[in-house]
Amino acid sequence: MTGDDGHRTADRDGAARWYDDAAGPVVRPYAMTRGRTRSADGSELDLIAVVIADEALAGPSGAHVLADRTLSPEHLDIVEVSRTRPQSVAELAAGLDLPVGVVRVLVGDLVDAGFVRVTRPVPPAELPDETVLRDVIDALRAL
Amino acid sequence: MTPTRTDPVPLALKLLVAGGFGVGKTTLVGAVSEIRPLRTEETLTEAGRPVDDLAGVEAKRTTTVAMDFGRITLRDDLVLYLFGTPGQDRFWFLWDELAQGALGAVVLADTRRLADCFAAVDYFERRGIAFTLAVNCFDGADRYPESDVRDALDLDPGVPVVMCDARERESVKHVLVSVVEHAIATGVVGHRDTPQTLA
Ligand SMILES: Nc1nc2c(ncn2[C@@H]2O[C@H](COP(=O)(O)OP(=O)(O)OP(=O)(O)O)[C@@H](O)[C@H]2O)c(=O)[nH]1
Ligand SMILES: [Mg+2]
Repeated sequence: MTGDDGHRTADRDGAARWYDDAAGPVVRPYAMTRGRTRSADGSELDLIAVVIADEALAGPSGAHVLADRTLSPEHLDIVEVSRTRPQSVAELAAGLDLPVGVVRVLVGDLVDAGFVRVTRPVPPAELPDETVLRDVIDALRAL
Repeated sequence: MTPTRTDPVPLALKLLVAGGFGVGKTTLVGAVSEIRPLRTEETLTEAGRPVDDLAGVEAKRTTTVAMDFGRITLRDDLVLYLFGTPGQDRFWFLWDELAQGALGAVVLADTRRLADCFAAVDYFERRGIAFTLAVNCFDGADRYPESDVRDALDLDPGVPVVMCDARERESVKHVLVSVVEHAIATGVVGHRDTPQTLA
């Protein structure tokens, strides 16, 4: 607005804006997922899809997960945590303090590499009968 | 990958917890589960910021939406997840994903501000998702008979109305049981291709 050199320099150097305080946390997750926001097969993993890691932390070729140099520390965290106990995408995100979208992509990578598998949640409409829901009620009462 | 492990992979079910601002959603989830914030990042278009401020920066920004999230381990092989729906109107689109495949929902209401839960009631009614209307009985709020609440919200006769204290585990358990019972009663199971209707 003042037209002085300082202003124009700042405007020309637009890239610098992406490294300010506000941009920091926005940029990082996407760098972690190599700019992708969807997994390789294009599907979105359900929030309550359960992730199960291979017991031996090995992929289909038998190679250990640590030998895979393409994986980030966050990938390894997911493998480790879901090997301890199978858990949902939402739990992984909450437990590792990562945004859901990031966890989706990372899990997608791990599925592609064969280090984890994912169960699709059963929508209530696909349950064979009420038995499970009666069990839910009993278990809730017993809590 | 060949499954090599022996411990059971749990069947996962989810319930949603909705209601107006400050009605006790976080309190309710925390009363029955270990609660943790769940972050999603959403792209929002930012309107109304002074042009001087934006100068050349894309007006779209990614914003973090935090939701309440709780896990209840019912059995080795059975887990119930609770998701508190984000309260602000601009996050309605997030509900659609949460509602997909949900077993049912709790709509929390405060009798001093009943209108705040209209939107949630309407949302679940339209989608045929079983819900229980839980009246959070805050200290100092007048107690209304159930029928008044039902009338004011124009609820279907089958919708359970339960008085609760969101801070009390037993009370919240009762609310959740009511949702699951209602889901069973409305035929949530085994009606894959038929739209759910309230009995
Ligand atoms: N007296 C009383 N206070 C309650 C009850 N439930 C919640 N509160 C209080 O009400 C306030 C709001 O509760 P929250 O659980 O944060 O409400 P919320 O719906 O998650 O609020 P937002 O996420 O901000 O929309 C807190 O100070 C709670 O301690 C209740 O049953 N009785
Ligand atoms: Mg809250």
